[in-house]
Amino acid sequence: MAAIQERFDAIVVGAGPSGNAAAYTMAKGGLKVLQIERGEYPGSKNVQGAILYADALERIIPDFREDAPLERHVIEQRIWVIDDSSHTGMHYRSEDFNEEKPNRYTIIRAQFDRWFSSKVREAGAIVLCETTVTELVKDTKGNVIGVRTDRQGGPLLADVVVLAEGVNGLVGQRAALRDELKPENVALAVKEMHFLPQEVIESRFNLKGDGGVVIEAMGTVTKGMTGTGFLYTNRESISIGIGCIVDDIRKSGMTPYNLLDSFKQHPSIAPLIAGSEVKEYVAHLIPEGGFRAMPETQGNGWLVVGDAAHLVNAVHREGSNLAMTSGRVAGETIVWLKRRREPCTAANLAEYRKRLEDSFVLKDMRKYRKIPALLHNNRHLLNLYPRIMSTAAQTWLRVDGKAKKAKETEIIQRLRTQRGLTGMLADGWRLARAWR
Amino acid sequence: MHIVVCIKQVPDSAQIRVHPVTNTIMRQGVPTIINPYDLFALEEALRLRDWLGGEVTVLTMGPPMAEESLRKALGIGADRGVLLTDRFFAGSDTLATSYALAQAVRKIGETWGIPEIVFTGKQTIDGDTAQVGPGIARRLALQQLTYVAAVQEVDLENKTITVLRRAEGGVQELKTAIPALITMLEGTNEVRRGTIADVLRGARAELVVWNAQTAGITDVSNCGLRGSPTVVKRVFAPKPRATKAVQIEVGDRDMGTIAEDVIARLYAVQPALEAALLRTAAAY
Repeated sequence: MAAIQERFDAIVVGAGPSGNAAAYTMAKGGLKVLQIERGEYPGSKNVQGAILYADALERIIPDFREDAPLERHVIEQRIWVIDDSSHTGMHYRSEDFNEEKPNRYTIIRAQFDRWFSSKVREAGAIVLCETTVTELVKDTKGNVIGVRTDRQGGPLLADVVVLAEGVNGLVGQRAALRDELKPENVALAVKEMHFLPQEVIESRFNLKGDGGVVIEAMGTVTKGMTGTGFLYTNRESISIGIGCIVDDIRKSGMTPYNLLDSFKQHPSIAPLIAGSEVKEYVAHLIPEGGFRAMPETQGNGWLVVGDAAHLVNAVHREGSNLAMTSGRVAGETIVWLKRRREPCTAANLAEYRKRLEDSFVLKDMRKYRKIPALLHNNRHLLNLYPRIMSTAAQTWLRVDGKAKKAKETEIIQRLRTQRGLTGMLADGWRLARAWR
Repeated sequence: MHIVVCIKQVPDSAQIRVHPVTNTIMRQGVPTIINPYDLFALEEALRLRDWLGGEVTVLTMGPPMAEESLRKALGIGADRGVLLTDRFFAGSDTLATSYALAQAVRKIGETWGIPEIVFTGKQTIDGDTAQVGPGIARRLALQQLTYVAAVQEVDLENKTITVLRRAEGGVQELKTAIPALITMLEGTNEVRRGTIADVLRGARAELVVWNAQTAGITDVSNCGLRGSPTVVKRVFAPKPRATKAVQIEVGDRDMGTIAEDVIARLYAVQPALEAALLRTAAAY
């Protein structure tokens, strides 16, 4: 058979949220798009908590609520600081979240991604599954002009390659477009799906209809490591997981499964999942190095989106929305260049970077750029403060004949001995500066 | 040579979950695959095509989403995909399924040339009956070769085919006339990976979509639930068969000797039968 001479406008590597957003946007914009996915079907390799942020998807597929597989819309957020026996929580629940077009949903990714991919196909893109991109093809000047895969034949040529290959970024690495992931910049998250009857979930979390609850927990459960635990309610199941920075896990010698186990046994969590049946255990890497760990986002004939571009806001537990937005912006930029008959050079693709900078994506990434290093260098933040907070709350709440004044003194005394006033001031100062 | 391969899209049994509350199979979200046995049939068909020339048509009956499995088959290397889909086919048992598929194979023959070989998998992993292949063979008056491990030879001039059939206790070499229907066993060939050109063609191909009428089925009372007399009364694990089948080698012996051999072996395991037959013979 003759070599394939055809050329695509764009090749998208990967069929996760960022790749689908890019492929969909470009196909809708009339471009000839080829999307390549290594998994057996789109979503088979994808793992997330998972929360869907409606706004990011709405800007791509405005009427997605009509047929997307959604579980529950989030009406209550619990943020817990936990020590070994307690949680100190801030809960926010509002009837306003029961709106016509809810803002956040729990989803099951395997189902959601297949739906998203079907939309990509409907928009006119060609999606090849079970095909792994092995390397980028460059011309003599070093411009990316296509990809090679693990199938016979090819190479496949395109004016631009969108790397939506996920956290590991192996294709980009092989082409020397980026460095290897550093263990301090990536978290390993493990997750289980626990099945429970709908009525049980609804009564345990005080829910009715499609409303759902999200719990984010930090504190001693990560044994001093940087990380958080989470629990999301689906329709008939609960997603529960925990993630920590790989470098920390490696040094601690603990296994992610042990961490998840102790999270599940925490007295505030155990009753919520009691009697459930575990149906799935998955693990995945999350790029949590923040802005400073981002690779180059574009070059001659290529750009990077989503996890591959390290676009995760670890502080707010946001990732898929940054992925979808970066994919959409990449797609829009390429469509815009095509309409102006401009080539996809590094200089022209810098428009993608500019649009990302103007959007919440890079504004948020910049805002929290100092947080990863802060947590990395201040182990006590997620260990000491939760304990202090718990004992303070307990001292305050116990009615035991002690005068309130004496209780106040006791709490302050404990703060002084455990961290010291200057230490606390320094922590506050560092946190405030990093947060700015 | 024209080869038709019948495939079925089935839920991936490795990923099926039983609903913990209702104990029913949760089909929602379970990925679908091409019935694994059908893939070996497809590979064997492609092997014959590459060897002898011609084309391979893949046929499936199912809901519109079964299109996915046809595209996959095209991506592996098949030449043409035919989807038989109609609400009249819903609820078909093996009798109704083999009726509809046989009609479609007939129509395929009228349209693109009568196939020399029709392939099916040994059975599907969701029904496990192994009845549809033989059903098609019977309806189209094709020679029937079940549990085939490999096609050894196709002689297009003399219109014969030689296959290896795995049976209890051994492998049989069978030769018969074509057109024939083959139900294919697993594990004897290695299903190929399509080239880039194959998968692109699979993704883009215009599939042939037939409903009952366009497939030439005028009497839909043979289709779907109405054409399906099977009723599942009870589900149970069958008792294992008492004894294994014994193979009797033909070799160079003459028919008389073989017959004697057969009778001797029968009497050896059924002395009561021997005695009864001898009594009956004595009575005459």
